[in-house]
Parts: sequence; structure tokens; C-alpha cells
Amino acid sequence: MEKSDLKVKVLGTWSSPFVMRARIALNMKSVNYEFLQERLWEGKSERLLKSNPVHKKVPVLIHGDKLICESLIIVEYIDEVWPSAPSILHSDPNERAIARFWAAYLDDKWFPSMRSIGFARGEDEKKAAIAEFEKGLVLLEKAFGNCRKGKPFFGGDQIGYLDIAFGCFLGWLRVTETTSGIKLLSEAKTPALINWAHRFCSDAAVKDVMPDTEKLAEFAKMIASKRRGEAPPKS
Amino acid sequence: MAEEVKLLGMWAISYNRRVERALKLKGIPYEYIEEDLSNKSNLLLQLNPVHKKILVLVHNGKPIVGSLVILEYIDETWKTNPLLPQDPYERAIARFWAKFIDEKIQPTARSANLAEGEEREKAVEECCEQLKMLENELKGKSFFGGDAIGYLDIAALVIAFWFEVVRDVVGLDLVTEKRFPSLCRWIGKLQDVDVVNQCRPPKEKHVNYIRAGYEATKAAASN
Repeated sequence: MEKSDLKVKVLGTWSSPFVMRARIALNMKSVNYEFLQERLWEGKSERLLKSNPVHKKVPVLIHGDKLICESLIIVEYIDEVWPSAPSILHSDPNERAIARFWAAYLDDKWFPSMRSIGFARGEDEKKAAIAEFEKGLVLLEKAFGNCRKGKPFFGGDQIGYLDIAFGCFLGWLRVTETTSGIKLLSEAKTPALINWAHRFCSDAAVKDVMPDTEKLAEFAKMIASKRRGEAPPKS
Repeated sequence: MAEEVKLLGMWAISYNRRVERALKLKGIPYEYIEEDLSNKSNLLLQLNPVHKKILVLVHNGKPIVGSLVILEYIDETWKTNPLLPQDPYERAIARFWAKFIDEKIQPTARSANLAEGEEREKAVEECCEQLKMLENELKGKSFFGGDAIGYLDIAALVIAFWFEVVRDVVGLDLVTEKRFPSLCRWIGKLQDVDVVNQCRPPKEKHVNYIRAGYEATKAAASN
């Protein structure tokens, strides 16, 4: 049997930006997959612990009998197993290196700085967290200008690896804007990224997996109450 | 057009070694530029404005940053002696473990080296659990890459030699024969690989450097 014909499953949650990456990549390649939803707020299932014993995290891509973990590694795997157009990564090694660099920056620095806004205690801490986060956005606005070369996406005419790596966080970015009361993507500081964000969310491979902001905000509230030890809402 | 490859680095940093070994494995000539950590050159700041960190590969004027990103770039640009396996699943596994080494094993080992008493014991236990996973990944092969060293061997070399140097500084031996026979066998085999040996800094100089670093960290922590 051809590798690309084997059954594909994604173990994940609707709310995780990392899981979104895997789903967008599969959608881009028109690969049918079964979405196995985990209810992480109720604890980690046996299925998850068996599928990702090292990190015990989602997403996990299950391809036949193979298990692939770590969202960006999954995206590259998908691009390599289903090499037909559209390509997710650029063919030029230098473009690929730039995309990988920024994806690592997003995961190692930028997303944690966004989470810091949510966890900040008191106005001063919140202000500092927002300032740090906005510095990152300005860098990303500049990077977008450099990568896009006049085209609509980081990947060029179509969404690519870096669009996926970054765009998956837009839902949570909007939730952070709502809860902090501050416009983080703004016309003043990040005009190009605002337009990019609209285009990304409207993309055929993205729109069905990008969570609704209100639903995500409700979910965030639920998780926060659980963390504080309050009783979960009846639902 | 003649290829121009430069590597801006710092001799004691293990990530440096990764890139040098990859370049040597592929037979790529390069110019090495030693950076002074306390006085970063304008060239470095220009090429790596985001992180301002040491280790930039410059190929025909274009900078590439991040040791694992650089390894992939080298593998994609120069096709001789491939570093990563051909099969997509094997590639995913190699990438997974390299990331694990950088994000889990290295920080935990560093914690273990700097901590004392019960805190050290906990960190050692955690690090050993992580090393065990890597040990299992060797699965009786000579190298992670199979019969010859590859991407994951290059990434994992930090465990082979940097750990050894740190052991001489702090007296903590993490990778013992008893705990990790496969990893120790792998380290033994590495000693015979030319590109591995060509890129090892002089031991005493390295020990002194690490010792100074640790002492500075401890002094800062206790102030």
C-alpha cells in the first residue's frame, strides 16, 4: 500500500493552536483524516499517554502505525509524505531556513510572551507583558514585509509553513485582546499583519479549523476557573 | 560563482561544534570567525538582530541562525553525505529527538549541575529519565544515523563531550556505563570518527571555561 494511502488520524483538541497546524497542513494537501478529540481539561487519556509517552501532549499525527509528535515536525512530515502541490515549505533552502527560524521564535519566545499577558498579576505586570509582546509583533510585521515579497502571505501566493506556524495563534490572540481590552494587532503598528490575518482566516484550509473567538473565550474562562479550583460549569 | 561560507561562533559553545562537524562531513570549506561574547561584533549584531546570539552561518552573504536550522540548511544546500535520513518518518524521529535534547535534556542537565542537595537529586533523576529515552532510541545501532553519524548524532554529541567536561567541573557523572550502556558504547565509537575529533576544543581550556561560567552563575544566584 502506498504510504500516502494509509489511514490518517489527528489526536488533538479544537482549541489548541498547535493541533490546528497539523489540521491546516492536511487540509492543504486534501488529505482526509479522522479527528480524535481529547478532553484535556478532564485529564490525559490512556490513548494520549500511549501515543506521546515522551511529552504527553497534543497534537499527535497517527499515520498507519506511525506516530509523529511536535506540531512543526508534523507539518514538515505532511509536506514530505504528500509532496504534491501546494508545497507547504518553500523549495529554496534559504527561504526554508528563514521560515524555520521564525517558527522557532514564535514557539520559544512570542507565544509564551502572549501567555504572560493572561497570567500577569496587577496592572504593572500586565503592562510589561503587553510591551514585551508588542515588541515581538513589530519584529513579525517586519519579517512579514521581508518574507512576502509583495505577495499576500509569508509563503507567497498561498499560505505556507510560516503562515501556518503564526496564524494558528490568531484565535488566542483575539481572546487576549478581548480579555486585556487592548488591540494587539493594530493599524498603527502592524497594518500589514492585520490584513494578512484576515486573509489567513479566510483561507479554505483554515476557516473550518480556526475556532470561533467567543467559543474560545468561554473555554479560556472555564480553564481559568478549573485552575483556580472552582467547580466546573454544568455543560 | 565561488561559494562563500562563514561561521560566526564561539569556540566553547557546543552548538558551534554541531555546525562545524556538519560542514566538515560535507567537505565544505568555510571561514571561521571567533566572536567575543562580551563584545559582540557589529557583523554579528547586523546578521542576528533578533537574538543577538553567537552562531550564525553566512552563505554568500545570507545569514542563517539557530544550530538545528543551520544543520537542515547545510543538508539541503550540499547534497553529499546526507545528514538526515531519506524516509519522512525517520526524518521526523530524528528532528523530534534533536529538539528533545535541546529543550529537555540540556536544560535539565544544567539544572542538575548547578543545583545542590535534594534539588540536584531531583534534577538528576529527571535527566536520567530523559537520557533513558534517548538510550532506547539507539536500539543497538552503532550511531543514531545507523552505520555512520548523521543529524541526530551531531545534535546529540553535546551529551558525549560537553557532559564529560562538566563532569570534571562539578563532579556529577550523568552518563555512566551502568545507567546507559548503549550511549556509552556510542560515545566510544564517536572517538574514532574524524570529524568528531577535529572539532573538539582543548580539554583543559574547555574545563576552565565551564568552571568559570558555573562559578559566575552561582555567585550571581547567591547575591
